[in-house]
This record gives sequence, structure tokens and C-alpha cells, in this order.
Amino acid sequence: MNVSLLVMSEPYSSQSSLSALKYAKAALSAGHGIKRVFFYHNGAHTGSALQTPQQDETNIQQEWADLSNTHNLDLVICIAAALKRGNLTADEANRYDREQHNIHAPFELSGLGQLLDAQLNSDQLITFA
Amino acid sequence: MTKNILIIQRTAPYGSSLAREGIDYVLTSAAYDQNISLLFLGDGVFQLLANQNSKDIQLKNQLSALEVLPLYDVENLYVTEEDLTERNLQAENLGLKVNVISRASVHPLLSKQDHVVGF
Repeated sequence: MNVSLLVMSEPYSSQSSLSALKYAKAALSAGHGIKRVFFYHNGAHTGSALQTPQQDETNIQQEWADLSNTHNLDLVICIAAALKRGNLTADEANRYDREQHNIHAPFELSGLGQLLDAQLNSDQLITFA
Repeated sequence: MTKNILIIQRTAPYGSSLAREGIDYVLTSAAYDQNISLLFLGDGVFQLLANQNSKDIQLKNQLSALEVLPLYDVENLYVTEEDLTERNLQAENLGLKVNVISRASVHPLLSKQDHVVGF
């Protein structure tokens, strides 16, 4: 199967943020394809590279980035949801005249059309809310 | 490639931005020529209440966002009779014309869809 994930839960606040990560790992190790992971709503915080959890806690941004680098996962954060919550790439920081940015590759910012594309072109869209 | 997509709105209009962000997905999908149906389920029916005034809580009016749906050819809006009754509401309390269906009709509505997503 080819699946996509819609992650709307906030990292560290909601168990489902970690469940999404575990689901992605399980799906990949079972031989399924992941077309895209789309982060929306409070999930837009997932890509912040400034996350600094305690040493005995999972760094959720880092785990997604590692998984993406190993499996070439497409990690897309909704640009509107990200910008208003203060999650910017260098390009967007430049565009909106902000001094800092916290979103790096393999995460990217894009529009909701990427969620529609994921839904239309996957066998299943699995929501983590 | 036009598909039938059902989007389910489950939350009350304010308190969480999920209602607003759900409608943003409805508008995006409709702009890409998908055949969208919208089901307001549970507390989601509160999004349709007439006479919303959200100015004092510094949020955009959810009903105003829903009123543009016909311009995007999103005309299949559904609520269940049971969800209205349980909240002491009637169709005339709502600010938009919607199809009031029975809870038992939700399953056949779901079965007609190619894709379903809930907010």
C-alpha cells in the first residue's frame, strides 16, 4: 500500500505526535510506501529545528529528519499554518523580514494543495490529531 | 481527475483553530475542481449558527467563511437531525441552507465517497 499521513497534533503535547512517527516507521518496515507526511494545524510545530527536549526524551523533529534521510520521505508543512505559528524557512524569513528561521531540509513549507495531492494519490490518508 | 471527497467538521467554531483550518482545506480542494461534500458532525453544527459575532474574541467569523462555499460550487452541506436535537437546535437556527439527514444516513453518505478526511 501507498499511504500518506496527516499530522495535526502538537509535538510533546500530544501522544499522537509520537504515534505518527511510530506509524511511519512501522509502515516502512512492513514494506509500505509513504507518499507524503503533511503537517497541519498544531502539527506545524513538528519541523522546528529549535526543539530542545531533555536528553532522555525523543527529539521529534530530529527523528522525522532521520527517517526522511533514510527513506527519502516527503515532509511537507502547511505554509500558512507554519508561518502564523512562527515556523519559517530561511526563504520565508527573508520574504517577511524576520531575523530568525527554524525550518530546514528535509522539512519544506508548501500549500494545502500538497495535502489534496497526497489524499488523491495515496491508497489511504491516515490522520493523527 | 475529479473525485468525491467528504470533509467532516467535528469541532465548534472557536476555541480551536481546527474549524477554520478545516474550511481552508475545503476551499483548496474545491479550487482544484474536486466534488466536495461537507458534513458538520457533533459540535461541528455550531459552526453553522446564525448571528455569530466573533469580533470581541479577535477571531474571524466562521459563518462568513462558510458563506463563500457556494462560490466554490460547494453546495452539498449536511448535518444530522440527531446532532441538532441533542444541542437544542433546529434548522432555522442555522445561517446557511443545509441538508438535514438522519444519523443512519451518514453511513451511505460515507460509502459514496472516494476519500474522507475529518477536522
